[in-house]
Amino acid sequence: MLFAIQSLPFLWQGLLVTLHISVLIVFFALIAGTILGIGIVYGPGWLYWPIRLYSDFFRGIPLLVLIFFMYYGLPVFKVNLNNFAAVVLALTAFKTAHVIEVVRGAIQSIPKGQTEAAKSIGLTFGQRLLHVIVPQALRRFLPPWINAVVDTVKGSALVSLVGIVDLMLAIQQVIGRTYRPMPLYVLGAIMYFVINYTLSLASRRLEARFAYIRE
Amino acid sequence: MYHLNFGYVWTHFDKLSWGLLLSLELAFVSILIGMAIGLSLALAYTSGGKLVRGAVAGYVEFIRNVPLLLLVYLVFYGVPSVGGFAYDSTTSFIITLSVYAGAYMVEVFRAGLAAVPKGLTDAGKAIGLTAWQRVVSVRLPTMFRIVLPSLSNAYVSLFKDTSLASVIAVPELTYGAQWIKTNSFRVIETWAVVTPMYLVTGYALLFVLQRLERRFAIH
Amino acid sequence: MSQPSALSPVVRVRGLKKSFGPNRVLDGIDLEVRKGEVVVVIGPSGSGKTTLLRCINLLESYDEGSVQVDGVEVGFREGPGGARHRRGDRELSKIRADIGMVFQLFNLFPHLTAQENVMLGLRKVRGLPAAEARQVAARWLTRVGLGDKLDSLPSQLSGGQQQRVGIARAVAMEPKVLLLDEITSALDPELVGEVLNVVQELARDGMTMIVVTHEMTFARDVATRIVFMDGGRIQVEGTPREVLAKTDHDRLKAFLARIEMKRH
Repeated sequence: MLFAIQSLPFLWQGLLVTLHISVLIVFFALIAGTILGIGIVYGPGWLYWPIRLYSDFFRGIPLLVLIFFMYYGLPVFKVNLNNFAAVVLALTAFKTAHVIEVVRGAIQSIPKGQTEAAKSIGLTFGQRLLHVIVPQALRRFLPPWINAVVDTVKGSALVSLVGIVDLMLAIQQVIGRTYRPMPLYVLGAIMYFVINYTLSLASRRLEARFAYIRE
Repeated sequence: MYHLNFGYVWTHFDKLSWGLLLSLELAFVSILIGMAIGLSLALAYTSGGKLVRGAVAGYVEFIRNVPLLLLVYLVFYGVPSVGGFAYDSTTSFIITLSVYAGAYMVEVFRAGLAAVPKGLTDAGKAIGLTAWQRVVSVRLPTMFRIVLPSLSNAYVSLFKDTSLASVIAVPELTYGAQWIKTNSFRVIETWAVVTPMYLVTGYALLFVLQRLERRFAIH
Repeated sequence: MSQPSALSPVVRVRGLKKSFGPNRVLDGIDLEVRKGEVVVVIGPSGSGKTTLLRCINLLESYDEGSVQVDGVEVGFREGPGGARHRRGDRELSKIRADIGMVFQLFNLFPHLTAQENVMLGLRKVRGLPAAEARQVAARWLTRVGLGDKLDSLPSQLSGGQQQRVGIARAVAMEPKVLLLDEITSALDPELVGEVLNVVQELARDGMTMIVVTHEMTFARDVATRIVFMDGGRIQVEGTPREVLAKTDHDRLKAFLARIEMKRH
């Protein structure tokens, strides 16, 4: 297994790329998804269907299909992004749809009575959002969102199929040189596992902390 | 200006239609095996000791935190290299997806079993059913009806996951699309046909499964 | 805007009509509530009692008619030429600050303690500084018998306690009128008394209230006036004596009989 350890620096580079991509996607998808999620719940009526269709579309197709389409298809539209930008765009568009659903679910699972009680003591819309809705939505938002973050890290492995040297492709390349697939797949699996399991644990701890707020 | 030309796509549409069928079959077989795995492990978990629970949890956590792509490669390339045997790509993918599905099914069934109202088990005891009879005749049927929504979602999700079979050249829908695209350079046309195929199939499945749910599920 | 006087009513409802789709829920309501009065509204479910209440603080909008609180039309603004424009959220917030409501399902904010629940309106709507809001909240919570539960979360309180916090939260805003929407219907029977006692005290201290309830004993003892609603209309109105003893109104009699049967 010595060579597997020797390949670690190379894998480490790949891991950094994976993390880099994941962080970018999580960040952009969070912003876009939150804005659109709030928009679909509180926005004017004409916003509903466009956002809804966006969400249903990107959640209804496989991520791989989307990545291939963006990667091969965008240049046809004369949109010339480099590899990296293209996949980040594809993954962000994909994840945004999921974040929209998480935000929507978090807000809409708050009982209507909360908004009514907040109205009845004279709070304005902004005050209601800030003091009543968001604190409660946040607790419902975090666990599924962290789940989405884990999915993002796992989904980022697909960029290896369009030539981006992330952890997945790094593993493939080392295997290509050493012809010993199994140890490397296991090593790679462990590396992915460590990242994602840590996130899952954080999510579970958060859930437990907020459990004292029984509805 | 790019001129749309669907000719090549329609000529080779059979790759897409058969590919779609294969995708549905792969998902179906995997969810069946996955359910078998998930159910037995869930039952083992609820009645087992610390060791059993740890093993099941380990399996579930591992599968859920590792990319499916890596699992596909691991099973297809990795296992034969240490096991000495080889299998074809389709078998390999079914094994992978079943194991993958199994991990999710363990959670679904565990939650489902826990959601069976204890009153039903008590009622079963009251009319003299043995423990095994209670499991088979009372808890399992009830549990299945509770988890139907999760099962529908899982099936559609697995259907989309079959697109990963294309990376080991299993001739499902995405592979067919890649083939057409590579041989014709008609990227837009290919994806313009394949994307709706996934979308429509996925939502049609959900629709049908939800109709079934309404008839059988307990909410 | 007319100036409130001892003579003009706190709440004046005229010809109120409200439909939910094809359902005419309120079919022309006329009601006046003067300062210090306790008006109890009774009636079968679906008669529109709750909707009436919710139109007063605009949790429901109304289609026709007029609802005025302290001389101000709640749902509409006067436009040029006498046209009515529905009020926006900002204006409604100001109006709602002076109308208090207590809910059947309490609707306490679960992430805030009892004290914080009461303080929220005081700080954000009345603009009180934190220290002062805390004191006012503590005072009101003590008045409803929860002086030792200031730092409790709603999940740590019984139903009766939660409802009393709900009352404190509404009353601390010093509203012109307090709307109580079946506030004991969701409570275990043994907890109903503690809540009704609080309401009775408030009535004694002169709070103007409109109460929707099924508790006939309470209605008889605390109401200055009882209103019987059915089919979206006010059918009978009068003092508790008059209404509860009325023998010539069939639907009222039937309703009262059903209520009595439920209690026994």
